[in-house]
Amino acid sequence: MKKTTPSQDFVRGIWKENAVLIQMLGLCPALAVTNTVKNALAMSAATFFVLCCSSVLISTFKRLIPKEVRISSYILVIATFVTLADMILQAYAPVQHKELGAFIALIVVNCMILGRQEAFSSKNNVFRSLLDAIGVGIGFTIALVMMGGFREILGVGTFFDISLFGPNFEPWVSRVLPAGGFLTLGFILLAMGYFEQRKKAKPPKVEAETVEVSS
Amino acid sequence: MNDQTLFSIFFSAMVVNNFTLAMFLGLCPFMGVSARVETALRMGLANIFVLVLTSLSAWFLNTFVLEKVPFLRIISFIIVVASLVQIVEMVVKKISPVLFRQLGIFLPLMTTNCAIFGLAIFQTNRGYGFLQGIVFAVGAGLGLTLALVLMASIRESVEFSDVPAIAKGTGLVLIIAGTLSLAFMGFAGLL
Repeated sequence: MKKTTPSQDFVRGIWKENAVLIQMLGLCPALAVTNTVKNALAMSAATFFVLCCSSVLISTFKRLIPKEVRISSYILVIATFVTLADMILQAYAPVQHKELGAFIALIVVNCMILGRQEAFSSKNNVFRSLLDAIGVGIGFTIALVMMGGFREILGVGTFFDISLFGPNFEPWVSRVLPAGGFLTLGFILLAMGYFEQRKKAKPPKVEAETVEVSS
Repeated sequence: MNDQTLFSIFFSAMVVNNFTLAMFLGLCPFMGVSARVETALRMGLANIFVLVLTSLSAWFLNTFVLEKVPFLRIISFIIVVASLVQIVEMVVKKISPVLFRQLGIFLPLMTTNCAIFGLAIFQTNRGYGFLQGIVFAVGAGLGLTLALVLMASIRESVEFSDVPAIAKGTGLVLIIAGTLSLAFMGFAGLL
């Protein structure tokens, strides 16, 4: 594993190793609850909270956790924070809690969170684990809000419940239905592949230093 | 208690609210092990087995343990799922080492398979009884298998076709999944 600076830890998760769009982790929530921007934001906030808290806790106790049972210990820590997030949302944002339903509980099985603990927090100090968690969390939020934005604008004609196109807009209903989730993410990936290819076709300028995927 | 008939639970879990194509649960194996029909079929069967066991244990926990401590639900469910997967892993390794190698990382990853954990949560939220839970699990498992096998057979047949370079990989899989999901929307009005 290459040595990285703290700022690289932070930046890398936001776009270059974006959990949803590049690594294809945490797809279930990214597809299931992004039918409106509001839901996407609530989901990202809950995931962000769980990710940061468990990263800090696990990197604090990384020496105390026996190697053989580390995955189960991580899961337990994550499950505890998910229970907290569930209760907090239920108390302060009951509407959102009802909309998201079972998917709040399903944050436990979000592979992105477990992946960060296994790949980063268990090997690095508290400060850098927190930076990494914040970076990955922001990346996750960007991806979810992007999906939610596309789907809400096309499928309902609103953004954050504000009508964009006036009453004559005929909503493209299938965008907010499950099929729309798959197709929207598919098209985003195709667009990213297209830009990637165009970048490659150009004569390479000064090669930016790439951060190796930590494994 | 929920008073849906067993048939409607079964049918709803299998096609109308298909776990993979309508509720986005269990996407990791859906993307990962759907390259070959045979592997997909076996993965589906392993899933059905774990789902039924999960449904039984979730019902047991809900009825006898969690009445007084509902806030422990998420934690206790995940422990049960993790240990079940561990058991299934050992059994598969013993009975069929070939299958064990084919499923590879996706077998232990079943712990973080949303379909299995999701089943336990949905079953609780909807208040299914003992028999309803089992029927729900079998239906959901068959639905997963159906989606996996459909996906695998489509992927096998587009393997050698000339897709644009940008669409190679996950993008194409997602578009196919979206099309399948559109097709499954046709069942939406049935129940």
